[in-house]
Amino acid sequence: MLQTAQRTAKSKGKKGAPASLGEAAVGKGAPPHDRFLEAFRWMLLARTLEEKLVSLYRGGQITGGVYIGKGQEAVSVACGIFLEKGDIFAPLIRDQAGRSAFGEPLIDVTRTYLGSRLGPMRGRDGNIHRGRPRDNQLAMISHLGAMVSVTVGALMAKRFRGEKGFIGLSCIGEGGMQTGSFHEGMNIAAVEQVPLVVVATNNHYAYSTPNDREFACHDLIDRAIGYGFEGYTVDGTDLANCLDVIGGAVKRARVGRPPQLVVASILRLSGHGEHDDASYVTDEIKREPFARDCLKVTEHTIVDLKLVDTETLAEWRRDAATQVDVAISTAQKEAAPEGDEEDWCAISTRDLVDSLE
Amino acid sequence: MSITYLEAIREAQAKLLRDDERVFIYGQDVGGTFGGAFKATKGLAKEFPGRVLNTPISEDAMVGTAIGAAMHGMRPIVEMQFADFSSTALNQILNNAGTHYWRTDVPIPITVRLPSGGTKGSGPFHSQSMESIYAHYPGLIVMTPATVEDAYTMLIEAVAIDDPVIYCEHKYLYYHLKAEKLPTEGLPTGKARIAREGRDLTIATYSAMLHEALAVAEQLATEGFETEVIDLRSVKPLDTNTVLASVARTGRLLCVGESFPWGSATAEIIARVTAEGFHLLDAAPQRMNAKDTPIPYHPNLWSVHRPNAKEIARKARALLRE
Repeated sequence: MLQTAQRTAKSKGKKGAPASLGEAAVGKGAPPHDRFLEAFRWMLLARTLEEKLVSLYRGGQITGGVYIGKGQEAVSVACGIFLEKGDIFAPLIRDQAGRSAFGEPLIDVTRTYLGSRLGPMRGRDGNIHRGRPRDNQLAMISHLGAMVSVTVGALMAKRFRGEKGFIGLSCIGEGGMQTGSFHEGMNIAAVEQVPLVVVATNNHYAYSTPNDREFACHDLIDRAIGYGFEGYTVDGTDLANCLDVIGGAVKRARVGRPPQLVVASILRLSGHGEHDDASYVTDEIKREPFARDCLKVTEHTIVDLKLVDTETLAEWRRDAATQVDVAISTAQKEAAPEGDEEDWCAISTRDLVDSLE
Repeated sequence: MSITYLEAIREAQAKLLRDDERVFIYGQDVGGTFGGAFKATKGLAKEFPGRVLNTPISEDAMVGTAIGAAMHGMRPIVEMQFADFSSTALNQILNNAGTHYWRTDVPIPITVRLPSGGTKGSGPFHSQSMESIYAHYPGLIVMTPATVEDAYTMLIEAVAIDDPVIYCEHKYLYYHLKAEKLPTEGLPTGKARIAREGRDLTIATYSAMLHEALAVAEQLATEGFETEVIDLRSVKPLDTNTVLASVARTGRLLCVGESFPWGSATAEIIARVTAEGFHLLDAAPQRMNAKDTPIPYHPNLWSVHRPNAKEIARKARALLRE
């Protein structure tokens, strides 16, 4: 299967991006991708945030589940970082890095997990189901595969309205790839020829079920041709490879190529959620190359290539920790929703509310 | 000139496409020169190029696509070829469209047209009435027009509403029902209509069963009973007040619907009237639905599977004797 080596367009400034990398911070080596360091900082922020969320969960301060993207940050950041204003992003369960890179403020995350009434979901939905559809960040439902066709529809709306140059990116896992909804969504995307990128991360387990009970095809990327997509595989532990391949897919979708499927290979370095000890993950699979921790691999590259000095790395960590602490302490001070004050109305058309009175 | 219920649906869609550039029609076989399995979109693809689009046989993706488009400013109308097949889109309708406004504060203005109900020979998979299922879930409006006029004005209203609307159009009425002309305005959704006034018994019903009920009222009148027939028009919202006011006059209530009995719209009406108007009732309220089996193919079986005028009249007489 074709592997792209295309480089993406020059880095563009983005609202909410980590503080400027700064000339002084950059060491002597040349990064393997021009957005490598920026991407690393989003990964670092996501990991720092999620480690904190896990500790809050273990301390009993988060109700419901905590679902983290440990090990998936390189793939995820590459999904969010190339999207521009007007693009549609449909993240999934393990996409904190991509959500942040796309522009989701940390306070949206902490408010949702901690149940603040001020968050985007206002306590009505939790954890990774959050979204801001008005800002093109779709709010996933738990039923996997369903968001692919929703992304298609959003892109059709833009086309109907005569907009140009936009794309959509929809995330899925190898588990979600086995649903009928995913299949229908992929097929209709190709029928409609919308500028869509679907990034599928094979983390080798659907909850506890390993690949050999999920699908029987030789390689998931082979499905691309069947759907009428162009397909690419990527090593999800290699940030530069993720930026190259996913960035390339985004670029091709933007210039009108057929829909793009990217299949990334990683190991989920956590349970399905934090309630899950992942005891079913075998020692054998943990020794696979795809089981590497993408964040550590990226750090090693930074150090080996002397991209920044150790003091700068330490400063980035402190910065991430500070941002996370502020987002958490802010959300913790905010009021929770109350049942007797809630507006118990599921439709926006007030005069059509079905009243039991 | 006369216009059928089906033609009214087509005319409503033509008007919507003409008047509102956000509207497009999405469904199996709706486009091209074919115009839909029942011809409800006949000629529209030619008149409105690029806006009446054939889809793959993918009910889930049809609705998912409509949701995404609606979220971003469009007003899609999805045609299910038969209401029965909307079961494979339940997830998108109930869990995605139905929850979206509540979760995100962004409403989803889609209209899903369901060619509903039985016609003889159609069998278990082309005859279903799904309104009770959709009404059960939060976040949806469920319309059940019973007249040519309502078929027209309610479809136009459905597309104007900012929330997801399940528009149940009855296949039996497609060709049987005719009106002289299309109305310029109708009753608002959520308001029931008293289709026939009476003082002895209230029959609350909707969709094709309205016409069975009106036939029963005619028959009972010859026997000296005056039956009030209420056309609910939508089952969600349900105009409980109009039913209660009628029961206050008659003291007797029979609810008739074509969906399966368990947890049906008729059960909901009786629950509400019993809870809020128990003192108004002179006899225990009754209901009739289709039988609790799949819908049979053979006309001899089908004609007695769903409520029909003869059985409704029998039930009504028993209730009047109470």
